Amino acid sequence: MASRRVLLLFTGWSSAVLAAGVNLPPPVTGVAQDIYDLHMLLLYITGGIFVLVFGVMFWAILRHRKAAGHQAKHFHENTTVEIIWTLIPLLILVAMAWPATRLILQQKSSAGAELTIKVTGYQWKWHYDYLDDGVAFMSHLSTPQSAIRQVADRGEHYLLEVDEPLVVPTGTKVRLLLTANDVIHAWWVPQLGVKQDAIPGFVRDVWFKVDRPGTYRGQCAELCGKDHGFMPIVVEARAPADYQAWLAARQKTAAANLEDPNKVWPLAELMARGEKVYAQNCVACHQANGKGIPGAFPALDGSAMATKDKPGHIDIVLNGSKKNAAMAAWGKQLSDTDIAAVITYERNAWGNHTGDVVQPKDIKAARGGKA
Amino acid sequence: MTAIDSALQPAHDTAHGHHAKPSGITRWLFATNHKDIGSLYLWFAFSMFIFGGVLALCIRAELFRPGLQFWQPELFNQFTTLHGLIMVFGAIMPAFTGLANWMLPLMIGAPDMAFARMNNWSFWLLPPAALLLLISFAVPGGAAAAGWTLYAPLSTQMGMGMDLTIFAIHIMGVSSIMGSINIIVTILNLRAPGMTMMKMPMFAWASLITAYLIIAVMPVLAGVVTMVLTDRHFGTHFFNAAGGGDPVLYQHIFWFFGHPEVYIMALPAFGIVSHIIPTFSRKPLFGYTSMVYATSSIAILSFMVWAHHMFTTGMPATAQLFFMYATMLIAVPTGVKVFNWIGTMWQGSMSFETPMLFAIGFICLFTVGGLSGVTLSIAAIDIQLQDTYYVVAHFHYVLVAGALFSLFAAVYYWFPKMTGRMYSESWGKFHFWWSLLWFNVTFFPMHFLGLAGMPRRIPDYNMQFTDFNTLASVGAFCFGLGQLIFFANMLHSLRHGKPAAARPWEGADTLEWQIATPAPYHSFVEAPDLEVGENGRIDAMHGGKHH
Repeated sequence: MASRRVLLLFTGWSSAVLAAGVNLPPPVTGVAQDIYDLHMLLLYITGGIFVLVFGVMFWAILRHRKAAGHQAKHFHENTTVEIIWTLIPLLILVAMAWPATRLILQQKSSAGAELTIKVTGYQWKWHYDYLDDGVAFMSHLSTPQSAIRQVADRGEHYLLEVDEPLVVPTGTKVRLLLTANDVIHAWWVPQLGVKQDAIPGFVRDVWFKVDRPGTYRGQCAELCGKDHGFMPIVVEARAPADYQAWLAARQKTAAANLEDPNKVWPLAELMARGEKVYAQNCVACHQANGKGIPGAFPALDGSAMATKDKPGHIDIVLNGSKKNAAMAAWGKQLSDTDIAAVITYERNAWGNHTGDVVQPKDIKAARGGKA
Repeated sequence: MTAIDSALQPAHDTAHGHHAKPSGITRWLFATNHKDIGSLYLWFAFSMFIFGGVLALCIRAELFRPGLQFWQPELFNQFTTLHGLIMVFGAIMPAFTGLANWMLPLMIGAPDMAFARMNNWSFWLLPPAALLLLISFAVPGGAAAAGWTLYAPLSTQMGMGMDLTIFAIHIMGVSSIMGSINIIVTILNLRAPGMTMMKMPMFAWASLITAYLIIAVMPVLAGVVTMVLTDRHFGTHFFNAAGGGDPVLYQHIFWFFGHPEVYIMALPAFGIVSHIIPTFSRKPLFGYTSMVYATSSIAILSFMVWAHHMFTTGMPATAQLFFMYATMLIAVPTGVKVFNWIGTMWQGSMSFETPMLFAIGFICLFTVGGLSGVTLSIAAIDIQLQDTYYVVAHFHYVLVAGALFSLFAAVYYWFPKMTGRMYSESWGKFHFWWSLLWFNVTFFPMHFLGLAGMPRRIPDYNMQFTDFNTLASVGAFCFGLGQLIFFANMLHSLRHGKPAAARPWEGADTLEWQIATPAPYHSFVEAPDLEVGENGRIDAMHGGKHH
């Protein structure tokens, strides 16, 4: 391709560079396709302008130089020329604005959606709620910390993989209602042609209609704190029948997972579950070894809170820290069982051998006390 | 002399104390001379350029390959934030103010800036502000990490580093407002007879319009960061939806400052280039009048386009369309300027000394940034490109190849007048070609990264982005290294450069080239009588006294 050849000349770089993408990724929605085409149009127009304008300039540099013996002519204005080079750009801009206006109106027409999903941005994960179908889940980065920290191999979808993708049916107009829990995030999947800020306290909507089944990946696009680079988005588009099957299965597991809040869990089971909850929610700051990051995130291993003050421990996990906004109020995000499990884990992992077991009913009681 | 005057200045005739050139540290601490203050600004800006540059290299080192190598993500965010703040408020803005201090009085025939003591104060506010930013890295929680835009509510989460940053912004804002008042009053009141507004050099026009922009928008920035401060500590809820506030309000106010700020960093560059291109083309500036009007209309339009930074916040279609059209319109006066510069070069008798090279580099690369700006102005496309490396590429073409290259051009151009010596031309040219090459190697691939889907402000990335990031990091380190060439050239030439003529550039025709080199410490203590042509061309000068 011509553009790639130009690039090769430009950088003199090896063919490895050329393997990387140089343009918008292949669009899979009508809107994304229109954006792609409009961007190509702009690229040709602006590229043409650049070549034309600087062609003239470099011609002058070659010919009208002192070293070539050129004498300066002393004109310094020409009204006709000045009017022409004011009007021509104006006309070019109008030609660009026309298709752009049509596309913007199309992007903004979210009416007539067949499926509505509420998307909530958290620091640093996404929550999806299929409003009419009773299915809701968190979607976390599934790349292990060990890959980020250079000790394990990285897969093809390094940092662009999640434990629970957003599943949508193909050929269906899907409307997302976006909001956020803490700070502003932005939900962006390039191949869908969708980017929308998720703003705490406000709901914004955006729509897409995927034609081809497939997995499409994106990332949070608005700086949202420490792990902004680690909250990917994965959308799985499935044929409507597959989607229905997935939905039915999800509804079934959701019902099965409705846990008895009064169940008394043995320590080992809580530890196993707590380790998972910890890996999804806590490890980014407090680290896998529980040592935290000195000066930024407190250690849990050996801390007074995680070894002695049990009510304080439950309170800070449920309600967040008053002193440090980075410690979220997990009560809004996790179930009683998950919170009980993770607190139990933190009180028994690493060097913390307290033997304490926190049960879901303790968490329920602590919530009750707050309310 | 009247009795009152002599009563006020009893020792005037005997001591002549204020005409003597002070020496030692007090010369700088108590400086009221516009040339001394101008030099202080330039040195300060250069040291901040190095500081901000080191932060940039810390960013590029981490992004050299995937994975976390050097920094924790939180520290990485601190680097991106402080890099932006320091380059904008510490390097580029003070550098332009410094040049204005040095050159405006010489260009318009004024004895000094209008308010010499305020001038001292506006400079000496800057080092403490920079110090606050520097020590913010050492406080608990580290420096501000919300991006230079300090978006709420992220900025209400940070530790006390954010408070130090807010305080630093207040101080720098006060400094630049005072500097601007000085520029405006000097230009409006201290022009020598004959130097009328529509004859004034373009750099004076650009500085004047920029100064008005600063006075208009710095209080807006101060206001919005103060709102963040009260949200953080005094229980207000401007940006907290739970308390009835609106996080997007922050962005509206910030960008009402932020977009004019873009032109605060671009207009003086236009002014500088409008001197250098005519000088080395040996031909008057083409379309002087339309340049003045184009600069003014860019300034006015800059207040009507702020929400193009916010297309993905989910504003209604009508608002997107309004801000898109308004933004696209800016291309017209900007285009006029580029065409005027080329019209100036056309049929000239060009030579290519270092200032001219940087000026031509400026025009080409600034235009690349302008054209990617037009692409970004299309709201429909911006949806894909907002907050990606495409935007990073775009504004570095405008700010590095734009503002910074124009500053290099200016320093090389006026170095002889400031110091009385010539810089090394061959090292200057080497500095240009080296910077040009590595600038493009660093920033051009970022267009591809952004298009391919790499968000900005992330410390780690998927492998598909590796090659271009590695390339950009190599480019950045080479670019950074090249700036040491500039520093060494300046430092060496300051002492050992060849003595410069009063008018070292054949085509230079503005007032500063009519006086001795180096410029006398007290120039134009008595205003000259001038016959002036467009763009400050001096046809004849009568009188004028210097010490």
